[in-house]
Amino acid sequence: MEKMLRDKKAIFLFTFPTFLLFTIIVVLPIFFSIHYSTLDWDGFSKGVFVGFTNYKNLFVNNTDGFLQSVANSLVLALISVGIQLPISLLLALILARGIKGERFFRTVYFIPVIISTVVIGQLWMKIYNSDYGMLNGVLRAVGLDSLTNAWLADSKTALACVFAAMLWQYVGYHMLLLYAGAKSISPDIYEAARIDGASELKIAFHITIPLMKSILCVCIIFAVTGSFKAFDLIYVMTGGGPLHSTEVPTTLMYTTIFSRYQYGYGSAMAIFIIAECLVFTLVIKRLFSNDQDEA
Amino acid sequence: MKIHSDHPALKKQKKVKASSIVLFAFLGLYTLIQVYPLIWLFLFSFKNNNEIYSGNAMGIPKVWRFSNYFTVLTSGNVAVYLLNSVIVTGATIIISTILLTTSAYAIVRMHWRWNHLFLTYILLGMMVPLHATLLPLFIVLKNMNLLNSYFSIILPYVAFALPMGIFILVGFLQNIPKELEESACLDGCGIYRIFYYISLPLVRPAIATVAIFTFLSSWNELMFANTFISADKIKTLTVGIMSLSGQQGTQWGPIGAGLVIATVPTLIIYLMFSNQIQKSVIAGAIKG
Repeated sequence: MEKMLRDKKAIFLFTFPTFLLFTIIVVLPIFFSIHYSTLDWDGFSKGVFVGFTNYKNLFVNNTDGFLQSVANSLVLALISVGIQLPISLLLALILARGIKGERFFRTVYFIPVIISTVVIGQLWMKIYNSDYGMLNGVLRAVGLDSLTNAWLADSKTALACVFAAMLWQYVGYHMLLLYAGAKSISPDIYEAARIDGASELKIAFHITIPLMKSILCVCIIFAVTGSFKAFDLIYVMTGGGPLHSTEVPTTLMYTTIFSRYQYGYGSAMAIFIIAECLVFTLVIKRLFSNDQDEA
Repeated sequence: MKIHSDHPALKKQKKVKASSIVLFAFLGLYTLIQVYPLIWLFLFSFKNNNEIYSGNAMGIPKVWRFSNYFTVLTSGNVAVYLLNSVIVTGATIIISTILLTTSAYAIVRMHWRWNHLFLTYILLGMMVPLHATLLPLFIVLKNMNLLNSYFSIILPYVAFALPMGIFILVGFLQNIPKELEESACLDGCGIYRIFYYISLPLVRPAIATVAIFTFLSSWNELMFANTFISADKIKTLTVGIMSLSGQQGTQWGPIGAGLVIATVPTLIIYLMFSNQIQKSVIAGAIKG
């Protein structure tokens, strides 16, 4: 057995294809991207090394609204943590108490997560449609005709509408993670608290939520980095428009590379997105671990 | 014995009842918010523009126009897109399963110097966002003339499915006793036969979990597919449906039918395996 498990040929056969594919498709491209981000390159002629100029153009002499797109993604991160997570947490806590139909609700809330973003995007475009969409239909039905709007065509409302669809899609995802976290807490603790006469609300705020810290940390990281990486739904619904009002760094990166052929400058955006995700992940983890030390 | 209605036990029961009605109402309302848009999609997929424009945009269709489905499958290329999605997703699941089971087996069971390092290296892949690899892959594929081929998206889908899959399989394999494999060895089985006939059947539940996960992510993927594929005959459902709504921008019914067709396979698989899917999502997230 021992000799067999040291069979070098078998080990090579079992691991090398994985290693090769993973290295070529996942690891090497990151280094290429870093390299591209230092070039002035249109993808056709030869790239010229320009050092940090692309990064400087992102932040200092910016002309394409990159900073606004970063601000938009920060707003998305903020409302994901401030609105989406509380809704998910509330649903998770209610379901984790063991209510009748627990499994049904859990299953249903998760459905939007598994549906293709293209479908979700098309669906919400129809919902927001100014003439026959569901939203205006509901508003007319309750006599609020004055509030009807061409939601996605109006640069004042488009961003909020796209964000609403994104929050809607992923509430179920966070709900599931938080539900699993709440369920993993020993029921004895609740029992003891109830015997001591603690109210449900007190139990939630003083026992359940503090004990869910590690999964809350995961959810916040996902919500924040997910907001920075968000692409599909915005690309489908507005493509960054109207008048760049719904632009986020990923959509801007996409048009910069594939419509304006600024390969170097677009790669700098890609690297910025990775760096932003990494920094925020570390900061959020640090915040949570400090918190735990004090407790 | 007469029990007064203000008996503490009864009072408590009443209170619980009232609060659970409120909770149910809340959960029910939220169910409506999550599901109604999808029901609405289903309903308008049977309507035509006349019906929608003449005031029945919201309700049950007057006539169930199954012809919308027929139209979109035949004239809109959706049948081709559907087939492509099946090919791409199927190939991705098969190739990734072979790669990740063999690698996980070598990591957990076999003795070599680099197994921990190899695992760490692969797991780092879970942190890599797709965006960072998009342009380099595009350039490589273009130079190799592989754009507009099934390969151009199957390979990235497989590669990005590996970290999570290996993570789940390694965890599963570690909890399976080695005795069966050892006795098979004594009976004269070689390593490949042991892997294929003994270990592989034992990890089937984990493979199923990973396969479901891979199915969902590759069936729904948009960015790679949209960038690497522009030829109609290779387009997957996600990309195809985007171009479809461009062509038939105002035909609500057939577009709705196309959206329903793209959704039904995932919905069926989800409802069949909802517990397993939910578990695998949790397992994937906890790795932190």
